[in-house]
Parts: sequence; C-alpha cells; structure tokens
Amino acid sequence: MNMDTDNSVLRFENVGKSFFGNRVLKDISFSLDKGHILGLVGENGAGKSTMMKILFSMDDIRDTGGFEGAIYLDDKKLNFSNPMDAINAGIGMVHQEFSLIPGFTATENILLNREFTKKSVVSTVLGKKLSTLDRHKMNLSAKEVIELLGVNLEPDMLVSDMPVGHKQFVEIAREVNREKVRVLIFDEPTAVLTESEAEILLKALRKLADRGVAIIFISHRLHEIVDICDSVLVLRDGELVKNVTKEENYTVQDLAKWMVGRNVENKSSARKKVLENENDIVMEIKNLWVNMAGELVDDVSLSIKRGEFLGIGGLAGQGKLGIPNGIMGLAEAGGAVTFNGRQFALNAPKTALDLKLAFVSEDRRGFGLLLDEPIYWNVTFSAMQVMNKYLKRYVGLRLRDDKEMRQTAQKYIDSLEIRCVSEKQKVRELSGGNQQKICLARAFDLEPEVLFVSEPTRGIDIGAKSLVLQALRRYNEENGVTIVMVSSELEELRSICDRIAIISDGKVAGILNSSEASEKFGLLMAGLSAEKEGA
Amino acid sequence: MTAAIKKIGWPRMIISVFLLALFISCPFAGVNYQFAITDVIGRFGMNLVLILSLVPMIQAGCGLNFGVPLGIVSGAFGAVCSIELNATGLFGIFTAMVIACAFAFVIGFLYGFILNRIKGDEMIISTYCSFAFVGFMCMAWVRLLPFKNAILIYGYGGNGMRPQVPLSENWAQILDKFLHFKIGPIIEVPVGMLLFGALCCFCMWLFFRSKLGTAMTAAGSNPEYARAAGVNVDKMRLVSVVMSTTIAAIGMIVYYQHYTFVQLYMTPMNLMLPTVAAVLIGGAALRKATIPNVIIGTFLYQGITTVGPMVAGSAFADIADALRLVISNGMILYALTRKEHR
Repeated sequence: MNMDTDNSVLRFENVGKSFFGNRVLKDISFSLDKGHILGLVGENGAGKSTMMKILFSMDDIRDTGGFEGAIYLDDKKLNFSNPMDAINAGIGMVHQEFSLIPGFTATENILLNREFTKKSVVSTVLGKKLSTLDRHKMNLSAKEVIELLGVNLEPDMLVSDMPVGHKQFVEIAREVNREKVRVLIFDEPTAVLTESEAEILLKALRKLADRGVAIIFISHRLHEIVDICDSVLVLRDGELVKNVTKEENYTVQDLAKWMVGRNVENKSSARKKVLENENDIVMEIKNLWVNMAGELVDDVSLSIKRGEFLGIGGLAGQGKLGIPNGIMGLAEAGGAVTFNGRQFALNAPKTALDLKLAFVSEDRRGFGLLLDEPIYWNVTFSAMQVMNKYLKRYVGLRLRDDKEMRQTAQKYIDSLEIRCVSEKQKVRELSGGNQQKICLARAFDLEPEVLFVSEPTRGIDIGAKSLVLQALRRYNEENGVTIVMVSSELEELRSICDRIAIISDGKVAGILNSSEASEKFGLLMAGLSAEKEGA
Repeated sequence: MTAAIKKIGWPRMIISVFLLALFISCPFAGVNYQFAITDVIGRFGMNLVLILSLVPMIQAGCGLNFGVPLGIVSGAFGAVCSIELNATGLFGIFTAMVIACAFAFVIGFLYGFILNRIKGDEMIISTYCSFAFVGFMCMAWVRLLPFKNAILIYGYGGNGMRPQVPLSENWAQILDKFLHFKIGPIIEVPVGMLLFGALCCFCMWLFFRSKLGTAMTAAGSNPEYARAAGVNVDKMRLVSVVMSTTIAAIGMIVYYQHYTFVQLYMTPMNLMLPTVAAVLIGGAALRKATIPNVIIGTFLYQGITTVGPMVAGSAFADIADALRLVISNGMILYALTRKEHR
C-alpha cells in the first residue's frame, strides 16, 4: 500500500465504519498527494460525509465506537480526539452551511480569532487579550487572500449585506487564510454559486493546489469534478467503486454511471407534444418591476405561451428569481401582468393562487415547507386553503379530513418516489431531494394552470435531480400545464425547456430556443444584446 | 424504557413521580388524602379553561401568552358588572360571561394589534402589556367605574371596590353544583365545572381541525410558508390573540365561581406565571400546544401546588409557596432554553 509516500499528504488505509451494526463505509483506501485535487462523488448517503466526519474525528464517530482502519497525515498515524486537533494539524473544511457572523465585515470574519494585534497601554497592563486590532494589517491580509481567490469582494463589506455567492467566498477565504493548512476539504462549495462564480472558485482551487495544498473536493456538479480534479473517488453505498485519475479520460456520464450504478439519462428525449397553438398566450407580463433583495427586477416584459415549458436563466443577482416571486405576491412588485387576458392585482399571494397559479420557491426551508409538520400537511395545506379541498361537513361544521389528506400524500409519495417512513413523518427529517419533491407535490395538488418553479434542483443529489426534472416534464406534457422554470444551471434549462429567456440586469436580454448554441446564451448572460429573438 | 420516557418527556416523568410521592406521603404528614383529592379536582377544574386559553396564541406563533392577565381582568370586569346588575344564578354567570367576552374582545383586538407590530418579542412585550393594563384597571376599580352596589364597594367611605368581592349572593359555585356528587363523606366532584371545561376543550379541538385553525397552526409553524399559501398571517395572529384573551376571560369566570370571590387589583398578575408554567409542564413548546398538553399540565401543576403545600406545610411551614415558585419559574426557564435546540 506504501506507494509514492514522498508526496503523499493524506492516506486512508482500509477505513470502515458502521453505526449500530449498520455498515455505512467499507474498506476505503486511497492516498492524496501534495498539490493534488481529489474529487469525491457519490449520491446522498453514499458515505461522503461519514468519511469527512471520520477525518475530523467528530463526536458522533467517537461516540459510536470509532472507526476501522487507519488514516495517515504525512505518514503519521492520526489519533485526533476532537475536531480542533484536526484543525490544528492543518486540515481545514469549508462547509455547505455558512458559519459566518453576519454583523462582521469580510475581513473580520476571515481573520476571526486570528486577528493581528497591536500592543497598547491597556494590553501591557491587563494582558494580551485586550490588545487593539491592527486593522491595516488585517485588511492587507484579507485582501491578499481575496485576490488569491480572484473574486471581486470588498473586505469592508458586512457579511449580512452580501449575496450568497460572496458569503461562500468569505467562508473559503477564511479557511485558505490559515497558516500551515495542509489539506482543505470543500463540501459542495459551488452549490450556491452561479456558473461564473463557480468558475472563479475552481480557478482559485487550482491556484491553491499549485501552492502545495492538497484538496478534497465534494460536488454534485460532475462537470466541475471532470474539469479540475487530478483524481476522483466514486462512492456508492459506502464502498469505493472507482478510483480514477485524470489520465484515464473519464466523462461526466461515466461518473454518473458509476455513482448510481446504472445509466443516467442526461439528454432529454424530444418533446412528445407540440404546442397546439403557438399564438395562445396564457400570461402576458408587461414592465414588471420587483423589489426583492439581491434580485431586483427592473423592467421585464414577457409572453408565456399556453402549454409551454419556459426557462428563465441568467446569472445570480440579475433578477431572474425576482420574476416568479413578484408575480406570486411574495415580493413587492409593480407593472401589468395579465392572465388569460385579464389583468390581476400584484402583491397579493391569495389572488395569484386563486387564479390557479402555483409556485415552488427557491427558498425551500423558508417558503416551501412546514418543517415541523407531517408530510401530508405539507402536501395538502395549500390546496385546502386555496381550493377548500380536504374539508368535510360534520353536523354543520366544516372540518379537516385527515384521512383524505393522508391518502393524497400517499399518492404523491408513490408517484414522486419520496423516500420516507410514512406520510406522517416530519418533513425536517427528510433529505433535501425528498423535501423538494414534497414542494412539487404541494404545487401539483393546487392543480395550477401555470406553475412557476424556482431552482428546483439546487442542493439535491443527481438521482433526485433527474426525478424532479422528469416529474416536471411529465406534468407539463400529460396535464398540459404551462411551466416556467427559473434556474442558474443553463444546461439543466436547455435539457428540459422549449424556450429560455435570459435575464440580465433586471431585464430580458433575449429569448432563445433551447437548441441554440451555447455561445449565444453566454453572450446574453454577459448582458450583450441579442442578435435575434427566438420564435 | 428510555424511549418511553423520551416520549412522555423527562419533566413530566419527574413531576408525575413527585406527585405520586406526595400522595403516598399524605398519611405520614397527617394530611387527609380525601381532602387532597377534592382540592386537586377542584383546582384542576377551576384552572383548566384559563390554561386552555394559551393554546391559540402558541399555535399561531405568538408565543406563551404572558398577557393572560388582560383576559383575567376582562373576566373580573364581567364578574363585577354582573354583580352591579344584580344578576344571579345561571342568568348571572351568563351575563358575566357575555360582558367579559365583549370586553376581552376589544382588549384582545388592541393587544393583538400591538403584538403584530413587534413580532419576535411577543413574550416580553406581552408582559409589559399585562403590567400596564392591570395597573390601569387598578385605577378603574378604585375610582373610574361608577359602580354603586354595596357588595362591590368598601364598607367604609363608600368609595372604590373591595379587593375581594364575594359572589355568594350571585352565582358562586353555580357550575360546580350542577350534577354535583360526593364520593364518601368528603370527596366532592364538581361535575358541571368539569363538563364545562371538557366542552371548552372539545370546541378548541374542533377549531383546530377547521380550515381557519389549520391555517393558524401553519402560520405559527412557518409564517413564510403560510403567506406563500395565501394565508394572511397577521390576521391569523390577531384572531389567535382575540381568542386567547376571550377564552381567558371565560376561564376566569369559571375560576371565580369555584373560588366564590372575585379578586381585583394586582391579583391577576399572580396567575400569569402559573398559567404559563402549567401548559409547559404539560409538554407544550413555544410554537406547539395540544389539548392533552393542557389537560396533563393543568393536572400535574395544580396537583403539585395543592398537595405540595399540604404535605410540606405540615413538615416545614412556609416552604410550600417557595416550592410552587421554583416549579413554575423553573418550567418556564426550561421551556425557553429548550427553544435553541429546535
């Protein structure tokens, strides 16, 4: 097993783990070289996070009897007793969730607890804890690391004022800024980034690796893995099914196949149904403005055809998310929106719902779910409030019919393959992908004429992703429902939509058919005017 | 075993065992357990509706109602009005309830309006509301209300109301006496009062199975979600506050008729913490309370605070009241700190 140890920073030897007899990780061996980027892929539950928890010696590993095998850092066997030991040994991790202080600036967050200090009278007398901050030096240090990442970010900006992507960069900058960091783990760092931001990040990772840091990169975006990783580990059901290096010329399809153990349909089949009437406009949006934090819509005019699958794309912060939120009354909006030829009032969620519009929000945990209520409540609540479904008369009183609610939920659990114990399970306990399916079920149950779907695949694994997209496609084709899908992932939009409107700077930069070349989309996203508008 | 305890909850487990221990120790402390049982049943019935009144606000996300004295004062107002009007018997208590509800409706509306402006700080603001309003009503009892009935007014001077107004001439124990029976020579069962409490619980249960009640629960569980589903969250909160205040007023009439006195001035404040503590002991969380939580909580809390003093009082004088304070405030602390884990 001792191969090429000169360069090896981190080595796993036959590492395994089981929780109460339930095996989650089996016989994992690999070695990570200095300056290399190692991709780690696998579906949710494949064992990625358990591996990282073992490396960090998290409480839940130690409390359940430790792990099998051994881990070596620089040929020394690791024997950490808590995560702090791992951090001190030079292992860093960038988490999916932000552990930043919102009221602090980028600099303060990056250098938190590692601030440069100056001696002062007070500190000389009362000890080092009371020395003053060397703001100048701190800013320089923060600037340096931000430049290394190659992102345009103000060190003095409060984290609370930043868009999500920038927060992620601050989080990364903090880990990178630490001295003597040997191994850095990135857990889905690009999940909240737009494509262009993700690109910047990937470049930054390469630069870091060139400085000799070994990187473990966990991502659901497989093309990123293919782009930057020197080698890739593929986990499936706790086993290491593949360990490939760049030289082996694998493709995204290969990775996906290894991950799920079956072929993943990437290209969508041709549309089964063509629009009955190309000129039948179901919704006309004129001069819409929406005041939504970080996603201002300035002046959007757009016609949506009955029965089509329209995509809305664009970079983050350009306003694409504001459009559905404005129409559905969740963000302050103005302008004229007509539905079936009749203009309706904005800023009133109930009005929009009564008209048979529905919305699956990008903010799943905020607008999308009742986390502490059972699945069947989540699925049926909107339909009950809007359409008076699931109410039954008992001696003159209209009361909730729990039985019917549960039956409906069960129907969606089957048709959308929601993995759960029962329809009475609390939604909080489900994985992201299954929560997203519940959001879809809720919207479907409203029997909408037009369905807005915002970032439906954000933060969910590849298997769930294709199920979600398929469900949307099916719903569009079989029920003739017009679907408007907003997504940052252009490829995803192109795989499923008929037409795609690209939003830039709060306006429609252009509308293209999905079959158009990617350069055209790229140009529109960059805010360059469209050469021609799609049909 | 541990799973079962987890389901029941450690605090309820401990308090139940403690209560059982108190009953067992009755004979040793020289306390007649038949008296103890009668007292527990009586106090259970008299507090049940008052504690039930917290449920709508908890469910709607307005937190624990530290503004329950607003409802209590409304109840007191209804009660003194019925005395002033010389209303007696069933008609008397009915008059008291109608006036109390009308008053509570108005007060609850204003109170709900305030709470909708300070979302997130409901519990501290509601405490202030209680102090302010109870203080204001003290002035009303002393001077502002033009009541003349001799039962209400201080015997000397002829001005201002008594702190303790007897109900014996009007509707004292009118609910208790309905279908009332005795077990043995001592144990009394106030069937009417218990039935009334059960009826209130049933109505509340029905309400939370209606469309409005379901919307209210969702508004408390996740306001953003409710808004996206077309629910007017502010309206839900307002309705819940009006409901809580009105039910508290009714609960207080039940309380007074059993107690046979109307207590005025600062006494409503004394009921604030015990009421909140009881529903927490029953297992309610900051945003979730069920009817079983109310019933269990009322029984356990009233059980401890009735039997505890009897037993402890015989052993060491004066420890009883301290014990009651430790339990009620301890439970509130426990619930508030537990919030962080959710």
